[in-house]
Amino acid sequence: MPLEVRDLEAGYGYLQVLRGISLDISPGEIAAVIGANGAGKTTLLRTLSGLLRPARGQVIFDGHDITGWPPERIAALGLIHIPERRHLFGPLAVEDNLLLGGYLRLRRESRAAIRDDLETVYTLFPRLKERRRQRAATLSGGEQQMLAIGRGLMARPRLLMLDEPSLGLAPLLVRELFRVIAELREQGQTILLVEQNARQALQIADAAYVMETGRIALRGPGCELLTSPVVQAAYLGRSVAPGR
Amino acid sequence: MKRLSANAAAFLLAAALIGAIGWLEGTRPGGLSLPRLTAGLVTLDLLIRAGVFTIILVGLNLLMGYAGQVSLGQAAFYGMGAFFSAILTVKARHVGIPLVLAGAWWWPWLVMGLGAALVGGLAYLIGWVILRLRGHYLAMATLGLGIAVFIILRENLGLPRLDLTGGFDGVVGIPRLHVGAYPLWPVHRYFLLVWAVALATVALGLNIADSRLGRALRAIHHSQVAAETLGVDVPRYKAQIFAASAALAALAGSLYAHFQAAVVPATFGFVPSLELVLMSAVGGMASIWGAPLGALAALHPPELPRTRLPLTLPAPRGELEAVAFGLLLILVLLFWPRGLAGRVSGPLRRPLPARGAG
Amino acid sequence: MPPAGRPGKASAPLLEVRQITKAFDGLVALQDVSLEVWPGQIKGLIGPNGAGKTTLFNLITGILPPLGGDILFRGRSIVGLPPYRIADLGIARTFQNVQLFVGMTVLENVLVGFHRHMRGGLLDAAFRSRRMRREEQDARERALLLLEEFDLLRWADEPVESLPFGLQRVVEVTRAVATAPSLILLDEPGAGLSGGEKVRLTQAIRNFCRDGITVFLVEHDMELMMGLADEVAVLDQTVLIAEGPPAVIQNHPAVIAAYLGEAEPTDAS
Repeated sequence: MPLEVRDLEAGYGYLQVLRGISLDISPGEIAAVIGANGAGKTTLLRTLSGLLRPARGQVIFDGHDITGWPPERIAALGLIHIPERRHLFGPLAVEDNLLLGGYLRLRRESRAAIRDDLETVYTLFPRLKERRRQRAATLSGGEQQMLAIGRGLMARPRLLMLDEPSLGLAPLLVRELFRVIAELREQGQTILLVEQNARQALQIADAAYVMETGRIALRGPGCELLTSPVVQAAYLGRSVAPGR
Repeated sequence: MKRLSANAAAFLLAAALIGAIGWLEGTRPGGLSLPRLTAGLVTLDLLIRAGVFTIILVGLNLLMGYAGQVSLGQAAFYGMGAFFSAILTVKARHVGIPLVLAGAWWWPWLVMGLGAALVGGLAYLIGWVILRLRGHYLAMATLGLGIAVFIILRENLGLPRLDLTGGFDGVVGIPRLHVGAYPLWPVHRYFLLVWAVALATVALGLNIADSRLGRALRAIHHSQVAAETLGVDVPRYKAQIFAASAALAALAGSLYAHFQAAVVPATFGFVPSLELVLMSAVGGMASIWGAPLGALAALHPPELPRTRLPLTLPAPRGELEAVAFGLLLILVLLFWPRGLAGRVSGPLRRPLPARGAG
Repeated sequence: MPPAGRPGKASAPLLEVRQITKAFDGLVALQDVSLEVWPGQIKGLIGPNGAGKTTLFNLITGILPPLGGDILFRGRSIVGLPPYRIADLGIARTFQNVQLFVGMTVLENVLVGFHRHMRGGLLDAAFRSRRMRREEQDARERALLLLEEFDLLRWADEPVESLPFGLQRVVEVTRAVATAPSLILLDEPGAGLSGGEKVRLTQAIRNFCRDGITVFLVEHDMELMMGLADEVAVLDQTVLIAEGPPAVIQNHPAVIAAYLGEAEPTDAS
């Protein structure tokens, strides 16, 4: 079990956001978390990656109890968080951004191994190869998102956590993105995906969780939640009436 | 409403303290005095300086902490006010002002008001131009302005024959202030005057901060583009607050001149400008109450090592003093990034329930 | 002549973009784009990332100058006016990458939206004139009402940066509506919102449109867009490739090829 979360509670100062979260992620699966704004999805990812200290509960990653570890140690174990605002190195070239993603591996691995992975990322995102010399800040929104994911992959994550990767992407790109996420799973990548684009997230998720006010309100296989009337009403926005 | 009443309480407390100190120094009951009670650490002289700096810092905080526009040349406006008062009271004759005017008790007050207005007006014009710059560039421009003004003062305004600023030596013999025949002296009376003005300035600053203008300034600070698309005339507001902060600095300069009775250009150079920025940071830039706190705090730590260290450490005084001050400053900024004001108000800041509707 | 689907009573467009061209460092961003927004309309603008949608908004609001062409608001050219003057004419906007005033509360952010309807200056503020206090009280009450309408009242006194990203966008919409504009430009208001939140946002947009605010909207969520817009324009690689009622646009071959992709996606798993 790469990730086990037990009764996790966390928040900001006096404000408690997570009120007892438990979940298990199996190797090679896509787990999706959906929910309204303020439900605690982003807070959950921040707590897992060590940006936020949990107030209570336990996080076990790959057999290590990482509860309360600092973020750089957690990242070094291979739990990689790609935040919703992409935090790229704007003035640096696309390729330099990617190479920096593999920075932690330089301690143990050769440059050649990292170069190899660069090619893998380029196969996954041909657009990035075309623009390898371009500054990251000048990429379009979709390309920046791809770069953020590519940079995350360069760290060879054992678990990749994506916070709203489809934010601000045009429909075609959203589809392309979900294709890549599915492809990553085919290659054995374990993924924790937080999305507002609930329909597409549930379609590819092996396991899905619905968060409400800091708790997990509903869990099940993605396709099952997709057809749940509760989920349809609250998260798929089915009641948007067409026309005026 | 809760924050307002906290402000009112702070005002009452400050006024009571100031009154008590004024009374103590005015009557010296049983031979007690401020220096004796504080083992020589606090003197009226220091407190008057802190009052003068408070007036400048209220303006500087509005400019830097609220509007986000850096000024590394604020001492220039301070110096302009001081020299304006000094020249037009001591050397009135040289600039052709008849004695009937210059001899009247209200003349220095008139000069003080005029100086603040003129310096404010000048700053408005300068601000219109240089506030188009951002970040480092604005900092460089204000730095240049400060140095230029310092040199102009030192070089007798470029008119050595008139000898208005007195060059390096400055102007001496600046008269005390009077109201009618009543002198605002001895020093405890002047202390009460300076702090009355300082508290009034704090009140004005608080009012500005919590208004349409204050919100516009903070909006400019965080996103100039968004502020503009909401109809905020950014260049005008920047120039306005720059002018207001300059006018306050000039007013403080005049009060300083009449206190010190002598002014020299070195008081208003580059280092004093930096010290003002440091005081602002220590007190808390993004807070009006940070002004008096910063002014008081920044004046006292250097006194502490100066009076205490030589007793414990037999070292060359001047250098250790600077090191100790620097260390204290680093510690404050490290542990209290929002300054002393953030430290004081932090625990009080709780989200209040939405007022009014709902 | 207002085409079908547009409210009939208006005889002239509110906003007219005429052959606008823009380039950055020689790279063309918009080429000869012309379109109109009619009073009372909800007009949509879609297109791939990097097609020039946000650039067009920046040109309309005066943040960037166009290279060529003209932009008319109520029949008068607004090219060359500074952004605050354009805002004063009644054009408000939100930003794709959210430009809120960090360090201020949600309520204070919305109050900045009321700025242009208030008059108090430096001296009013410094001395708390009676006019200023009344104005302030009035703005505060109206801001709270607006927050209630957008379902944000419980956040009113929270620092705006503490809100979840999606709700920050809604605060921006509220702030823009507070300026009481006649035209509002919304840049991806639905991004980062859950389905339920999108439904509420859609309702709020319809409400203020009914109150007389014309809407020009960029949005990637097609369900939201098609449910709201009377008319949709499509930008692709710097040029306008289609314009028309949503139903037509959804089935337009060029739009499908450039932007939408083939019909409903099949299960990827």
